[in-house]
Amino acid sequence: MSAFFRVAWIVMKKDLTVEVRSLEIVSTTVFFAVTVVLMFSFGLVVEGRAVRDVAPAILWIASAFSATLALGRTFERERLNDTVLALLLAPSDRPALYVGKLAGILLLLALVELFLVPLVGLLFNAPIFAHAGRLFLLLAGGSLGFCAVGTLFAAMLLRARSRDVLLPIMLYPMTVPVMIAGVRGTAALLQPAPDLAMAQFWLGLLGAFDVVFVVLALWTFEPVMTD
Amino acid sequence: MSRSTWYLLALAAGMFAVAPWIINAAPNEATMGLVYKIYFFHMPSAWMFLVSAIVAGVASIRFLFFRKPTADHWAVAAAELTVLFGAFTLVSGPLWARKAWGVWWQWDPRLTSSLVLFLMFIAYNLLRRYGGPGSDKLGAGMAIFAMFNVVFVWVSVNYWRTIHPPTSVVPSLPVAMGIPLWFCVTAFTLLFIVLLRMRARLEHQRARVEALYLAEES
Amino acid sequence: MNRLQVVDVARYFGRRKALSQVTFTCEAGEIVGLLGPNGAGKSTLLNILATLLGPSKGSVIYGDRTAADGGAAIRAQIGMLGHDLFLYPELTARENLTFFGELYGLPDVPRVVAAALDQSGLASRADDFVAGFSRGMRQRVALERALLHHPRLILLDEPFTGLDQASATALVSRLYDQQRAGCLIVLATHDLDIADTLLTRPVFLIDGKPVADTGRGSTLRERYQSAVRSAGRGGSS
Repeated sequence: MSAFFRVAWIVMKKDLTVEVRSLEIVSTTVFFAVTVVLMFSFGLVVEGRAVRDVAPAILWIASAFSATLALGRTFERERLNDTVLALLLAPSDRPALYVGKLAGILLLLALVELFLVPLVGLLFNAPIFAHAGRLFLLLAGGSLGFCAVGTLFAAMLLRARSRDVLLPIMLYPMTVPVMIAGVRGTAALLQPAPDLAMAQFWLGLLGAFDVVFVVLALWTFEPVMTD
Repeated sequence: MSRSTWYLLALAAGMFAVAPWIINAAPNEATMGLVYKIYFFHMPSAWMFLVSAIVAGVASIRFLFFRKPTADHWAVAAAELTVLFGAFTLVSGPLWARKAWGVWWQWDPRLTSSLVLFLMFIAYNLLRRYGGPGSDKLGAGMAIFAMFNVVFVWVSVNYWRTIHPPTSVVPSLPVAMGIPLWFCVTAFTLLFIVLLRMRARLEHQRARVEALYLAEES
Repeated sequence: MNRLQVVDVARYFGRRKALSQVTFTCEAGEIVGLLGPNGAGKSTLLNILATLLGPSKGSVIYGDRTAADGGAAIRAQIGMLGHDLFLYPELTARENLTFFGELYGLPDVPRVVAAALDQSGLASRADDFVAGFSRGMRQRVALERALLHHPRLILLDEPFTGLDQASATALVSRLYDQQRAGCLIVLATHDLDIADTLLTRPVFLIDGKPVADTGRGSTLRERYQSAVRSAGRGGSS
């Protein structure tokens, strides 16, 4: 068991080391997220004021788009020198590789969201600190659900053709429950009279989704990655 | 095509030929008149849509985890039928909605969940078509995810809607309307079975042709 | 693992027969060479031997078990030098070796890595990024990575590509060391002159099918060309 987490830890550490050296994916993804927020703002701000409830939507959509991009590019790195084959060749538990990759991507997304949340709060006067704890949990749960599915799909598509467009095509419908739960939960927290019970409900749904799909991904990772 | 498939096809065709009369014989509904009768095709289609998705999911599990190559043929067939029946459901639904609620589209839980499931299987078919070699396993993984996701999609969309005003959904049907409904359900089920078998057989044959090509000494 | 048996292995990609009817054996201390033109299926066969691909037909037996039975234990005994080298260019040589050492769960990784760096003669460049290395240097690091866990079965895909004379000689000497230690070595190469002295036995692959060694010709090059000609005339094993 400890070997499993050891392998996951090493893979994650390696990904972070590579990323920290160049900061390529982090910086470009953060900036991409900011531009997405801007684009949506231009579409949804009427007469200088934002349409109601638009802040949670923009936050989650920008996160989803950024995550999709980051997923594709993180796995592109493993394609570069066929290092994915070296990973699969190792005698380690294959699902451990998945967990390591997932952890790395989650950290990256967390960093992006660290920028996004204050930005959205600023632009739309949203009370992000009112229930910061619950908001954090919602973002964490939603990010985990999205990335759990996304990491599996991106890994699956590593050797497929048309992979850059197939990833969003496969990922977005599959993560609709995460988006709905995330946006509505966040809206419940940020609205003038916060509905904590509703937020709790959505948090529960995210939790269930996360558990089911992480387990599913762990089960299907090996058969899907081996030819 | 096997004999039993021919019989089923003939039966289904016959039932569909007769269906308009049976539907016509059913009484008109009080508020909506004639238009509600689209429901007799819409609902069975929706059921076949869901059943097809489940068949695709189960076949994918057998393919991926139990390594049965023929299971993939059933999965491909079922996934295509999911898109077929899904398209029919999502077209007939708005036709009903336009008359019943005055709008083409409502973010009604059932319709929205159907749309999401429909998109998932379109993605599956795109993946199989354009993903290149190895996309049979990838598709299987995706279909399994889609099957498990149905519950989550349904719950999230259902509760997402509580903010919107509730709309009238399916009224309970009097017996006179029950007969044409079950008739159409049977017809659609037969059609589904026939199409599934024919399409899966097409996949079996394709695999056999490939095996023959490979067995040939070139 | 003292023996590798490849029994009637075939691999199909859709309708394309990448490999068919491949049968050979490699015993401990032997160096088997896969020789053939581009597209002959050498890389595919090596990937199958590495358990990265499954055969469409036939089986590969490692010692007394197949890949399906052995699983991770078999992978632990395999070391592969792929055509694309399997190195992370953004990491240093030392970091690359450390990563794979830890991934393989080796004890005392820093010591093992230091020894490997010494062996490859790259100890002075250990903390430079692999991206800045020449092909030959990268190959040396990749070879150390493949041998870090002392595998019994060593697979090499075109290891002499782009190597200068000195590097090629060093690689040959390394392979002899492994051979003396009783490892099983299977390599794919185009370099017939080096292969002539290195190989215990050649396996000629043309269009995915093994071609019998006619024995006509004194050098490997002549025998290879004779095999290609006989394959062209429709002859095959």
